[in-house]
Amino acid sequence: MPSGVELGIIVLSLKVAFVGVACSLPPAIFFAYVLARTDFPGKTLLDAIVHLPLVLPPVVVGFALLLLFGRRGVLGEWLADWFGIVFAFRWTGAALAAAIMGFPLMVRAIRLSIAAIDRRLETVARTLGGSRAWVFMSITLPLALPGIVTGALLSFARSLGEFGATITFVSNIPGETETLPLAIYAFVQTPGGDAQAVRLSLFAVVLSIAALIASEWLTRRARNKAGVDDRR
Amino acid sequence: MIDVDIEQRLGSFELKIAFRAEAPIVGLFGRSGSGKTSVVNALAGTSRPRRGRIVINNEVLFDSARGIDLAPDKRRLGYIFQDGLLFPHLDVESNLRYGLHRAPAAARVIDPAHVIQLLGLRTLLRRLPDKLSGGEKQRVAIGRALLAQPRLLLMDEPLASLDVPRQSEVLRYIEQLRDDLHIPIVYVSHAVGEITRLADTVVLLADGKALAYGPVDEVMGRIDLRPHTGRYESGSVLETVVAAHDLSYGLTTLRFDGGELIVPNVEALVGERVRVRVRARDVSLALARPAGLSVLNILPATLVAITPEEGPIVDVQLRVGKLPLTARVTRRSVHELGLNEGQQVYALVKAVSLDRRSVGYA
Repeated sequence: MPSGVELGIIVLSLKVAFVGVACSLPPAIFFAYVLARTDFPGKTLLDAIVHLPLVLPPVVVGFALLLLFGRRGVLGEWLADWFGIVFAFRWTGAALAAAIMGFPLMVRAIRLSIAAIDRRLETVARTLGGSRAWVFMSITLPLALPGIVTGALLSFARSLGEFGATITFVSNIPGETETLPLAIYAFVQTPGGDAQAVRLSLFAVVLSIAALIASEWLTRRARNKAGVDDRR
Repeated sequence: MIDVDIEQRLGSFELKIAFRAEAPIVGLFGRSGSGKTSVVNALAGTSRPRRGRIVINNEVLFDSARGIDLAPDKRRLGYIFQDGLLFPHLDVESNLRYGLHRAPAAARVIDPAHVIQLLGLRTLLRRLPDKLSGGEKQRVAIGRALLAQPRLLLMDEPLASLDVPRQSEVLRYIEQLRDDLHIPIVYVSHAVGEITRLADTVVLLADGKALAYGPVDEVMGRIDLRPHTGRYESGSVLETVVAAHDLSYGLTTLRFDGGELIVPNVEALVGERVRVRVRARDVSLALARPAGLSVLNILPATLVAITPEEGPIVDVQLRVGKLPLTARVTRRSVHELGLNEGQQVYALVKAVSLDRRSVGYA
């Protein structure tokens, strides 16, 4: 059983991952739809930008976030002045870093499932009197549900393991930004902290397996709901 | 009334089509690649022509000159695809009701319960689409289009993905809704049989152009269009009512305005309306009522016109009661019998020549 401090670390990790996934889901669905269903000049560039966090060293992403959203950053200063939203050295910053790092995985999964939907189903829905927005809500979204679930869980798993961008952007502040990977790293660096590191690693394993099982179960449910036969 | 005049470029294919048709069922007939589906897409608003106009029942759906282009959901045309395309995540009832509440309240004239009964869908309501047979799927698709309260149904090869028994099942339902709901239908097909059985007016398409349009027999019977219509047997369509069944011989008597026709057993109740296509070459002529003949149908007729023809075969236009009937005979027979316009003759039709394929349920 985890101790109080350990529990704090686990809860913070889960909170960061959940918030990161929840906030990035709507834009991910938007970009997935745009990439799957529309064609415009500059689409390749947009595709590349979406995929950037997947191929860049996480430290570079963290550094970019620091420049943009730091206290003196272009966006950070503006957001703090106008909305009172501060990312720098807060758990919200960790959630932002996690969301950005998981974003390409999420978009990829959702995009694939939207592309697999027969476009003519959307056409039929339009001729039946459905507006573009209603057709998206009633046909595209439910049929893309398996992909949305998969994408969200991939991003969640990625968030739980996020290290480089987080430590660069919001540093390692116990109780605020110290998620599981950061805590494990800190214990490994501390003489005599190996036992703690092993314990935390075991919790990480348990969490990951739980996420995988949940993913499997949710995907199956979403698929049944979308009327897709499992035998096929 | 459907008034179409459009130009559209689709890749290297140039579509340039103009036709006008007013009929319960308008057939768009042509080989694959002739532009049938492109016309339907332009009508439905899922593709935009480069130039032209589309007017249905005095409502302008598209007019490039006036900058009108109604969105597909504002056109209210029920589009029925070849493979049904039911929404896989919704059960039959939710599929049926998808368009119902999106139709303007004033336009809601088609009653869901009536459609469900008409198309025999009551027992299917709770099922998901992948548990339905091909014919059932297509019936649900038709019902779904109807409940969106369309001004017109667009059917793009609705039977193409069905086997033969399912085809005649769905055909019969289409005929029923034509008579029951009075919804005009644009019926797209490359099958001569479907077009002649259902359509009143036909538009013949080839290479992205409308070669001809008009009454089915007028267009399909034209000899100069033979390369595009294929082996079509010209003839006449009689609207009849089932008068009696002769169970001992398995025959059905059909009554029409001006006479009766005996045909092999028709599966329809007495009083039901039935359409019969009589091929011109199955009609013979006699000057006097013949005796000692196996032919069951001997109909008194007035000779209306003889098509002037240089070749060996001549079409003779008759009137039986109030209905027109065409007989195809040799030029020699016309000469030897001394046939003239206005003359009283007898039209002979073998009951056997009126097979299952020429009798449709009206």
